[in-house]
Amino acid sequence: MVAKSNKPLIWGIFAAGGTLTAFVTPVLIVLTLLVALGHTPDILTYEGLHGFAAHWLGKLVLFVVIALSLWSAAHRLRITFYDFGVRADTLVAVIVYAVAALGSVAAAVCLFRI
Amino acid sequence: MAEQVTRKPYVREVPRLRWFFRHPRYLRYMAREVTCIFIGAYTLLLLVGIRRLAEGQAAYEGFLQALKGPASVLFHVVALVFALYHTATWFNVTPKALPVQIGEEFLPGRVVAGAHYVVWALLSLAILFLAGVF
Repeated sequence: MVAKSNKPLIWGIFAAGGTLTAFVTPVLIVLTLLVALGHTPDILTYEGLHGFAAHWLGKLVLFVVIALSLWSAAHRLRITFYDFGVRADTLVAVIVYAVAALGSVAAAVCLFRI
Repeated sequence: MAEQVTRKPYVREVPRLRWFFRHPRYLRYMAREVTCIFIGAYTLLLLVGIRRLAEGQAAYEGFLQALKGPASVLFHVVALVFALYHTATWFNVTPKALPVQIGEEFLPGRVVAGAHYVVWALLSLAILFLAGVF
């Protein structure tokens, strides 16, 4: 009998999200940090971001970044809860993955409406 | 059954909380793991931005206005520090996760990790350029 486990799937998403966030999250934070400092970059003006998200490729990029970042953060947060002494792993897993799933659906719906 | 055979099982006391202060290595592990809190929070902020964008120009410009201010700058700076720590720790284990073998030899770890840093730097500069920062 072949042992069935969802671990490879969860781990694959975590690895993909971890790699993506390693490459792009710092520069994204720099872009919105510039907004916070009062120097909004062209891409983050209404016209700039609307133009980017109006194209299907822009929608795809934004969806993949948001969804994968949420899923990998959710998976690591589940482990972190355990490390901080919270032993209710099933409950924690349900909550963090539900937030990631809802966030991914919300991102898809919002992008679809642009 | 094993419990009955072993009369004095050795149970190592591990405090449920704050165990990670016991060794610098545990503290570095914890610092790496808590990066997800900041990356997750920042991604939710991005999601709010996309939602405001879908609601129209006035809503989105209100979002940009709400991003301004010292508290937002502080959040961004802290999130940036943790995001960079995630990037560094992620790239530093790539030689273990993606060993590159050429013939009999393995490519040295610092070459594999170094290639990630180079690609990351170029990609970040390209994104800043395309975003109109310079």
